[in-house]
Amino acid sequence: MPATEQPVRPRTKVRQRPGDRIFAGLSTGAGVLILTVLGGVAAFLLIEAWPAIIAPADEIPGGEGLVLYIWPLLFGTLLSAFFALLIAAPLAVSIALFITHYAPRRLSQALGYMIDLLAAIPSIIYGLWGFFVLAPATLGPTTWLTEYLGFIPLFEGPPSATGRTMLVAVMVLAVMILPIISAVVREAFRQTPRLHEEAALAIGATRWEMLRMAVLPFGRSAIIGASMLGLGRALGETMAVAIVLSVSGGVTFNLISSGNPSTIAANIALKFPESTGLDINALIASGLVLFAVTLGVNMLARTIINRRREFSGAN
Amino acid sequence: MAKRIEVKDLDIYYDKFLAVQGVSMTIEPRSVTALIGPSGCGKSTFLRSLNRMHELVPHARVEGTVVMDDQDLYGPNVDPVGVRRQIGMVFQRPNPFPTMSIYDNVAAGLRLNNARISKSDLDALVERSLRAANLWSEVKDRLNKPGSGLSGGQQQRLCIARAIAVQPDVLLMDEPCSALDPISTQAIEDLINELKTEYTIVIVTHNMQQAARVSDTTGFFNLQGVGQPGQLVEIDDTTKIFSTPSNQATEDYISGRFG
Repeated sequence: MPATEQPVRPRTKVRQRPGDRIFAGLSTGAGVLILTVLGGVAAFLLIEAWPAIIAPADEIPGGEGLVLYIWPLLFGTLLSAFFALLIAAPLAVSIALFITHYAPRRLSQALGYMIDLLAAIPSIIYGLWGFFVLAPATLGPTTWLTEYLGFIPLFEGPPSATGRTMLVAVMVLAVMILPIISAVVREAFRQTPRLHEEAALAIGATRWEMLRMAVLPFGRSAIIGASMLGLGRALGETMAVAIVLSVSGGVTFNLISSGNPSTIAANIALKFPESTGLDINALIASGLVLFAVTLGVNMLARTIINRRREFSGAN
Repeated sequence: MAKRIEVKDLDIYYDKFLAVQGVSMTIEPRSVTALIGPSGCGKSTFLRSLNRMHELVPHARVEGTVVMDDQDLYGPNVDPVGVRRQIGMVFQRPNPFPTMSIYDNVAAGLRLNNARISKSDLDALVERSLRAANLWSEVKDRLNKPGSGLSGGQQQRLCIARAIAVQPDVLLMDEPCSALDPISTQAIEDLINELKTEYTIVIVTHNMQQAARVSDTTGFFNLQGVGQPGQLVEIDDTTKIFSTPSNQATEDYISGRFG
């Protein structure tokens, strides 16, 4: 057929179906709601913290200004969360690898459920466990640590007599964030395409080499994402830390002495009931800092994941 | 390089289910052996038993012997990992490691075998493997880009480069062109023709024209019936199989009467 001039047809309006509209409205609404809530929280924190931010230094608790008030708390928060993650992340990845690639099927299922169950234990229980069981149990080992590894600033000592140290808080936090990291990573490992595992095995990889070539890189973004989830929980954990940690407010890397900094969340929980006026504003200002740090951590994680998107296997 | 494989009375099981029964054949070095047959007749299962990939399925096992130049592949002290380093494999769908660059994909096997290989040796081996896979000119300027960014045909040649980089004795191909367009298929078939001067090649294919084009020897697998194990019906020179097969079932299959 010879090519003739096609008449330009006016674009007909696509008929809108009610189902499409409702669904589009609902999902848009949900997206907007999240932003509104986030914005609302940020606004609340900022407004409530403002009096403390502009207040003269001697009216802030401690009498040395807001920065010096929040700094030890921020330090304690970051210190406990960082070391908790340092313990929990490798452990969680190992557990996930064991469950998905080493354990016989029955054991792997049972183990999976048990790990998930850890996540269901309320944090106050973890706190009590840390206080009554873990803290006394660390007394012996910490003495040993000071004696033989005291040259490392972390174990400088002198060891606390009650055992309610940063070390115990870190260990409790590690156990608490373990299940969430392990669950997310486990699902990612499980979804590694069989094809990639076979590719590695077919060029003569051992099981461990196969895991390193195919499974771990495939789960990389999940590992980072899950770790950040865990870090977020560790940063904000309140009750467990409030119960376990005996606070004296110093800024120190010494994990086993009795001179521990508190964390922002635990400090708010402990101080809030007896605070009035500007003290409350100062507490909320510390909350604002925690909010900003958590946001920052999540954005950092996203950047790390995106930087190697090309190689993620998603294409 | 390029070794002969002798298979004798091989039964292949998935747990208690006998999938392939009584296969005996000799796979000649420096030749292409094609395995054809209807779906589910056990040709892929048989292929995977040659480099001991079969046993990765839980409870899968074989009975019988597979001997490669006097080395019993299922001998008591044989490490399956070692077998797979000698017998390379290319899969149905291209499967370059998505998290690795083109270069690292080819180098992956080399690094396994020799952790302390020098950068210049590695460069040379990667280039040689990519050249042998007819891929070098297409990728030499983007070796650091992810392998998953290549076209399907290029990815499959990358997988062949990865397999031959470790200089195996035998190359197994499990329907290597079934996910590719005709042009890419042509490229792979040309490559198979070049590679057979150095390697023993066994290829499973659903495409009878392909078997006729690339192979020297063709084996025909078939099922006696549903639930029955697959068997090797006959194996002979490709020209003979496609002109005057000695078995009626083979003739029916290649003339398109079933399958």
